[in-house]
Amino acid sequence: MSSTRDIDALIEMMAKLPGLGPRSARRAVLHLIRKRAQLFTPLADLMHTVAASARECLNCANVGTSDICDICASEKRANGQLCVVEDVADLWAMERAGVFKGRYHVLGGTLSALDAIGPDELRIPKLVDRVTTEDITEVILALNATVDGQTTAHYIADQLEDRVTLTSLAQGVPIGGELDYLDDGTITAALNARKKL
Amino acid sequence: MSLHVASLTLSHFRSHRVARLRLDARPVAIHGANGSGKTNLIEAISLLSAGRGLRRAAAADMTRRPEALGWKLTAEVIRDGETIEVKTWSDAGAARQVRIDSKAASQLDLAERIRVLWLIPAMDRLWIEGAEGRRRFLDRAAMSLFPDHATATLAYEKAMRERNRLLKEQVRDAHWYRALERQMAESGAAVHSHRMATLDALRTAQQDATTAFPAAELSLEPIEGDLPETAEDLADALEESRFRDLAAGRTLVGPHRADLSGRYAAKDVPARDCSTGEQKALLLSLILSNARALKARIGTPPLLLLDEVAAHLDANRRAALYDEVCALGAQAWMTGTGPDLFEDLGDRAQRLLVEDEDGVSTVTVE
Repeated sequence: MSSTRDIDALIEMMAKLPGLGPRSARRAVLHLIRKRAQLFTPLADLMHTVAASARECLNCANVGTSDICDICASEKRANGQLCVVEDVADLWAMERAGVFKGRYHVLGGTLSALDAIGPDELRIPKLVDRVTTEDITEVILALNATVDGQTTAHYIADQLEDRVTLTSLAQGVPIGGELDYLDDGTITAALNARKKL
Repeated sequence: MSLHVASLTLSHFRSHRVARLRLDARPVAIHGANGSGKTNLIEAISLLSAGRGLRRAAAADMTRRPEALGWKLTAEVIRDGETIEVKTWSDAGAARQVRIDSKAASQLDLAERIRVLWLIPAMDRLWIEGAEGRRRFLDRAAMSLFPDHATATLAYEKAMRERNRLLKEQVRDAHWYRALERQMAESGAAVHSHRMATLDALRTAQQDATTAFPAAELSLEPIEGDLPETAEDLADALEESRFRDLAAGRTLVGPHRADLSGRYAAKDVPARDCSTGEQKALLLSLILSNARALKARIGTPPLLLLDEVAAHLDANRRAALYDEVCALGAQAWMTGTGPDLFEDLGDRAQRLLVEDEDGVSTVTVE
């Protein structure tokens, strides 16, 4: 058994990753071992490098390999628009769409008194600060349509109301969606947000 | 237009190890001795809609002991000629899962498709006990008529729990309170308007029916102070109440501070001062009105679960209940200790006998 101890430890470690369980971790490790040269060694090298260099951007809390991320460093993206998101995964989802040309601000969660997460835990003071120092004209609140997400949106709106234009993402019929499958709340939101053709 | 359970399979649910039933659209009269598992059977039916069922039990508590393997219900429900296959289960200790027509579904999806109303002996003291029980009764009626009432109630309660935590911890951040109060105002106004619309629907259903059961005059009253109706009024009331709420450590204004008041209309007496039998008749009258209101609104009557209801009624009222249930076209599941209670139904109902054999319930179609 001792000869496989390291492999078992690796499987156990992999199984802790989101989306993987013990079985899929075993499969992944077996696959890596079989593809040692093409996959395993380069992956291990990359993991080593990224583990040493990955950090949060001091400005927006995006994850990158330098103190200021590429988006914050790019002058092109200083167009006066600031998009507020809950976490880095949301930022990356927005970037995947490739439509937004401004900068981001990652809150790191939502306000929740029950979970003891207040404004100071959420980088809201930093957001207020950035609105002034970066000449922001529009803050786009791209927060989840949950009670906590909307409470956070209202909280931020309350703080910035007189200083910038505040907008939020539209809620309604998803692209390719069928009305028949939508719940009443979504249909109401979609109807209220209707626009002229 | 009708709604009925055509087949039901219980596995390790409460006292039932395995039960398989095939049924037609007629009411179901269930008889059997005390503790044989009659209520467990209709509790299973109550789980064909959203929520925790008629005992408001946790999913883990519904599993058969001592095995505690978890439980599963499978049912074919026919709604307006269309078959809906519902599977709902809980694996040992886990939350309840739902599949409709073999697709994963939410409890809200169930609430949209299958409406279930019930009257159980635990509700007998509804008019005497605290306001919470009466609010829950009204909210169940509201959810049957407006399924998104559940969403509004959950959102309101979630925001209120957050606000109460701030109050308890004496947080003074006005922005935070305002953000939560806006959420409470929007969802709270929806809760209030659903409740008022429900009272209207019940009132109309009572007026339009010829029934042997007494009419109840219903109104929604604040426990103290005012009951704000619009989102703006509620937001203002919450802001105004903040200082007082900080002292109390909880929210003192809003739809969670409403009470359902009922009067026996013909005698003009508050429901709580009526005799036990009259109180029961009032409740039954409201359940039947709720069922009629639903039928008027969506065209289909709900499933009715009437636990131990026959025993409390005199022979005339019992006959009247059976006539009204049949006229409604509802599949009413009624329980009683002896078959004689259901004699008046004749062949208008199908009959089930539930017996207990060494701690295991068995169900026989008679």
